[in-house]
Amino acid sequence: MHPTLPDFNQLKKAVKQNLPATKTIRVALAADSASQFLCTALQGYAALQGVKLDLYEAPYNQIGLQVFNPASELNDFKAKYIILFESTQHLQKHFYHTPLAERGDFAQHHLQQIGDYAEAAQRNGAKLIYYNFTDCNDGVFGNFATNYSRSFPAQLRLLNARLTEVASQHKNMFVIDLLSVQSRYGQAAMIDPKVYIQTDMVLGTEILPAVAKLTMDSISAIEGTFKKCLILDLDNTVWGGIIGDDGLNNIQVGGLGAGKAFTQLQQWAKELKNRGIILCVASKNTEHIAMEPFEKHPDMVLRMEDISVFMANWDNKVKNIQRIQEILNIGFDSMVFVDDNPFERNMVKENLPAVTVPELPEDPSLYLDYLLSLNLFETASVSDNDEIRTHQYRQEAKRVAAQQYFENEDEYLKSLDMVATVEGLTDFNLPRVAQLTQRSNQFNLRTERFTEEEMLQFSKDNNNSILNFHLADKYGDHGLIAIIMLQQQGKEMFINNWIMSCRVLKRGMENFTLNTIVDTAKKVGCTVLKGEYLPTPKNGIVENHYADLGFTCTDNYWTLNITEYTPLKTFIEKKI
Amino acid sequence: MTSEQLISELNVLFEEVIDEGTVNLTPSTTAKEVEGWDSLNHIQIIAAIERKYGFRFTLIEIQSFKNVGEMVDSILSKI
Repeated sequence: MHPTLPDFNQLKKAVKQNLPATKTIRVALAADSASQFLCTALQGYAALQGVKLDLYEAPYNQIGLQVFNPASELNDFKAKYIILFESTQHLQKHFYHTPLAERGDFAQHHLQQIGDYAEAAQRNGAKLIYYNFTDCNDGVFGNFATNYSRSFPAQLRLLNARLTEVASQHKNMFVIDLLSVQSRYGQAAMIDPKVYIQTDMVLGTEILPAVAKLTMDSISAIEGTFKKCLILDLDNTVWGGIIGDDGLNNIQVGGLGAGKAFTQLQQWAKELKNRGIILCVASKNTEHIAMEPFEKHPDMVLRMEDISVFMANWDNKVKNIQRIQEILNIGFDSMVFVDDNPFERNMVKENLPAVTVPELPEDPSLYLDYLLSLNLFETASVSDNDEIRTHQYRQEAKRVAAQQYFENEDEYLKSLDMVATVEGLTDFNLPRVAQLTQRSNQFNLRTERFTEEEMLQFSKDNNNSILNFHLADKYGDHGLIAIIMLQQQGKEMFINNWIMSCRVLKRGMENFTLNTIVDTAKKVGCTVLKGEYLPTPKNGIVENHYADLGFTCTDNYWTLNITEYTPLKTFIEKKI
Repeated sequence: MTSEQLISELNVLFEEVIDEGTVNLTPSTTAKEVEGWDSLNHIQIIAAIERKYGFRFTLIEIQSFKNVGEMVDSILSKI
């Protein structure tokens, strides 16, 4: 039925399979129609999400009895959630049994009863999950039913509309928008009339997965699992075309080409932002070019102030999403990443499996409808603070971004859980060490190149030592990232070379490395470290390297007395 | 399609829905002779047949099938 939803048979199998679950939720379900398949679909869908539903199913058509009797099996079960499913079909029968004179108050009466369900659930310490009603014109008054308040369609629609009031008055009540399933998939998909007549099952097997998903989305949101952040690619996602190639005047947004498709996606994103969802950008682009449409294009709905974190650069998306995560300090599982490019999507899916990555259709005109069908941004509550929250996040983003690039990075560095290994030259690392001396241009103090053979020769001299550093953090292994070559000259330890990978700049690796050099030098009785910077056109970045580390300069050499050396601050743990 | 071919396709379909091992239907097989062919699985079997062969049974038809043979005849008359 739906490309990303399992079918009913898969849900049924998932129930049987006893899949591993990260949590168990106690749920009681009562319906006025046959509910076995609904229970199976709910349990199966939950199981596929890693949730075990401990489920009590009330006997057929016993809602009132089970809910209002404090000693009923349903109340005895002490569920966290009581799911009540009252169908339009049964409501209709009930309406036809209502005396004509009372039909004008039918909705009001039933709303009272629903409020009573919520209170009964409350007394039992449970939350009430209640489905709104699918729509139906019963063909008695035709269109005129909408003019006539005693008609079934009029009362049905009133009931649905006022359900909002009942739910807002009962904090333990949550309405599942079953009507939205009907409007998306159509009545023909909702019900299998044969099966309904035979068994009184009002939801067909075809539609049950969608209903189960919607129900579990709500329960998950109440349980605290929901999306907080939408990360958008730009080219061919937020606008049509490629800004870097096509230029500001030719990207498709607004009236141009397929622009409307992109505009409606932007409008949705903007509304989400107004609700409190954090919007971010992750795009392979030159930053100022990528920002231009947000600043200058008259048809853009999204503007720079809507975006909390704007990542436009040539790094891969995984890295950029990691940065966004670090800045916002929210879980990857609360992020949705929308990108038209399947390669980028797969890369993110593989490396950051917790991030939700919708399989966007190829055709931009289908983007929004597809995204809406996924019900990505379920929530259990909305407060007036939500808009302020976006603002706070943006402040936070700025604050943390500043932290990253200027001073006090301690918390950030601590959060990386960095671990370094230090080792000498081995057969295994020799080729890579030699290679790094040959390729590294920027963070390279003396730019001396070594072949494997020369490296071996160097290491064979008893006065020399080589230190190789590997760094890993909570995001993964960075591999070999620094090489130190030392030459002992009496009481002096000469740093023949200091090479580091630019990937690990700003992580305190310099401090960690110096601490390690000092340890090594002291062990062999040295009192002074001596370093040298040989400028090349490419290594300007380490011009002040030794000065920054507290060395003093004499005769083009940098020295540091280590007899009273206090180890420099580092958040990198040394692994032996 | 012959009824033998159809029955062999139905075996696969039944196995998929019932999910309790091999099914060997013959024209004279009735529901109670097949492990797991209960009323709930029957609903799914009917829906799966309709989906696979692209037609709809009528209510009267599914209420009148006495064995697999009658169901097979009905399907063959529609595809």
